[in-house]
Amino acid sequence: MPSLESFPFELWRYDGSPGELIPLLQSAQEHFGYIPRRAIETIAGVTSIPESSIYGVITFYSQFRLQPMGRHQVRICTGTACHVSNASVLVDAIQDELGIEVDGTTDDGLFTLFTVACLGCCSLAPAMMIDDDTHGRLTPAAARKLLRGIRRKAQREARSEVQP
Amino acid sequence: MMEILVGMGTCGLSAGAKATYEALEALAAAHPDHCRLGITGCIGMCYREPLVELRDGETRSLYGDVDPALAGEIFARHVLGAEPLEEHLAWAVDASGATRGAEVDFLDPQQRIVLANCGIIDPESLSDYEARGGYQAARRALVELTPVEVIDLVKASGLRGRGGAGFPTGLKWSFAAGYHADKKYVVCNADEGDPGAFMDRSVLEGDPHAVLEGMIICGHAINAEYGYIYCRAEYPLAIHRLEIAIAAARERGYLGRGLFGKGIAFDIKIKQGAGAFVCGEETALFASIEGERGMPRIRPPFPAEAGLWGKPTNNNNVETYANVPWILRNGAEAYAAIGSEKSRGTKVFALAGRVLRGGLAEVPMGTTIETLVFDIGGGIKDGGRFEAVQMGGPSGGCIPAALKHTPVDFEHIPATGAIMGSGGMVVVDDGTCMVDIARFFLDFTQSESCGKCTFCRVGTLRMLEILNRICRGEGELEDLERLATLAQRIKEASLCGLGQSAPNPVLTTLKYYEDQYRAHIVEKRCPAGVCEALVDFVVNPEACTGCTLCAKACSVDAISGSRKQPHVIDTETCVQCGRCISSCNFGAIFKR
Repeated sequence: MPSLESFPFELWRYDGSPGELIPLLQSAQEHFGYIPRRAIETIAGVTSIPESSIYGVITFYSQFRLQPMGRHQVRICTGTACHVSNASVLVDAIQDELGIEVDGTTDDGLFTLFTVACLGCCSLAPAMMIDDDTHGRLTPAAARKLLRGIRRKAQREARSEVQP
Repeated sequence: MMEILVGMGTCGLSAGAKATYEALEALAAAHPDHCRLGITGCIGMCYREPLVELRDGETRSLYGDVDPALAGEIFARHVLGAEPLEEHLAWAVDASGATRGAEVDFLDPQQRIVLANCGIIDPESLSDYEARGGYQAARRALVELTPVEVIDLVKASGLRGRGGAGFPTGLKWSFAAGYHADKKYVVCNADEGDPGAFMDRSVLEGDPHAVLEGMIICGHAINAEYGYIYCRAEYPLAIHRLEIAIAAARERGYLGRGLFGKGIAFDIKIKQGAGAFVCGEETALFASIEGERGMPRIRPPFPAEAGLWGKPTNNNNVETYANVPWILRNGAEAYAAIGSEKSRGTKVFALAGRVLRGGLAEVPMGTTIETLVFDIGGGIKDGGRFEAVQMGGPSGGCIPAALKHTPVDFEHIPATGAIMGSGGMVVVDDGTCMVDIARFFLDFTQSESCGKCTFCRVGTLRMLEILNRICRGEGELEDLERLATLAQRIKEASLCGLGQSAPNPVLTTLKYYEDQYRAHIVEKRCPAGVCEALVDFVVNPEACTGCTLCAKACSVDAISGSRKQPHVIDTETCVQCGRCISSCNFGAIFKR
């Protein structure tokens, strides 16, 4: 887990102009994977925006997280086109595969599961996004296969770290 | 030399375009004298992605569903052997202009202004854009025309805002131009949040410079020096391509100071949204750019007087700005000649849902729903029956099949009770429950309500509770009246467009599908077999292979049957958790 100290604050692109709060929070989240308490304190100190207001902004937007997330973020699209293409079955299958509910994180910290209103690839419905990659025309079996592939890769990496 | 172009929009990438590109990259590297490999945006034919186009002078051949294996075959036979693979051709045009291929019905009836460059140019190349007349419109506006002349031209074209409300663009610009301040802003709303709409994503990914050029022209017209593009964070590729485009435009002197040798300055910044649907509302969007909670403000003052940072601001959406360069290049009359009487020009529609050919189609305003769904969209998937189109997303409504002759424009669509919205057209068939669709949208708007107005915050929740009840088979007939009353109050008393339009999906389904509501309430039956509490889960014995996966997945041991024999679900024990359906690899379990 990267520490606040190891990360030069300048990289958070604060140029002193108003309206930089959301980009600051976005880069904090990009760096830590979530927005830790200490990041809020630091941002408050630099911008002179009260911590309470920052907290208000964080909780308003669905992008921001106050808890650590898994290494991979799975976003299942539940937009209109996906909804009429049985996205709910996909959600069930993935919850079952990962053993977590929507908004939950797996015990091994590998996946966090979200639903999202629309990914904008409606003609490839049902779709989901794993980190920055979008996958379309999914079936429950195809989605399970994708997730298992990522899990196997992580396990292989973990093993090779133990036995170099 | 032959050019090979791979469609690398989000839709192409999610269908596997990266593997196709890599396969072609290796082949092209081995034959550098034969071809040049490049990328392009989305041509709108999302249902045939990944797409690969071969271009040789005037001859263009577009192949659909190109996986790495097919890419290899195309390379061997068409690129090296000069022999097209007719059976895989989606669309092709020869030197005489004659088209052929499986998808001519999708592409040929379209008229492309906004999407003219999408799927044609490399969106990461400024010179590609310039070669297609790019930035000539900005040059003409800034060098030859006064701001008033630009506004008059846009007014004469009849262009209306493509974000949904359809406000005349030229008039809007003239308002912002009329206020004087030390700073003014041009804002581009790229927070395309309507589920079922993706034309803005496609334009940003496929032709980002067109949006920048439209904004530069607007900046000149209203005398603003600063532009913001507010883009949703769910579109990482669009943001990436915009960043490339802005950097290139700055370097070439299209953004910055002293544009076109005149004393004019204009620069654009990207702001990433952070996930809030309400930020598509302009005053909420301004609040979000200012770093606050994205909550709408009371109007007046209108943004033209006091918008972003309290300064005069013009806000249009992506598609609106993308129309502007074409109007400047081709003249207001040419634009006004397209479309219907009060809705000029073209509109991009995102066809999705149960339609055969899902993708982007740009047609003149006033084209009928029937033409879009059947002629261009190819009708309904899997032999279903056309039931309705849902237009305008969560703010819109369902237009039933009986009204399929309705022309799609700013006059005729609102008359049905739906709205134009940004152009999302989700086609639904007889397997879709209209009560569930209404519930789905209300669930969305209810969770996206910012909470400022009581009617929107609490009213939509009360409506959602009633709909949930109806879908569970616990509704009563009085609920229909309660829904109508609540809907009316919410429309009247909400501050912004989100609340004012949130009841539309319920109102239109009540208007056209009251029989379905009554079936749920009186007969405790879901005619489409969607609402889980009102249907049974059953196994199709013909499709069941007896693999036993469903029996293992069942949480209450309601499924029995021996190995390799069709299984049976005991509907008394079944709690309809859906695990069996998602565990089945053969689609053998369905709801009835």
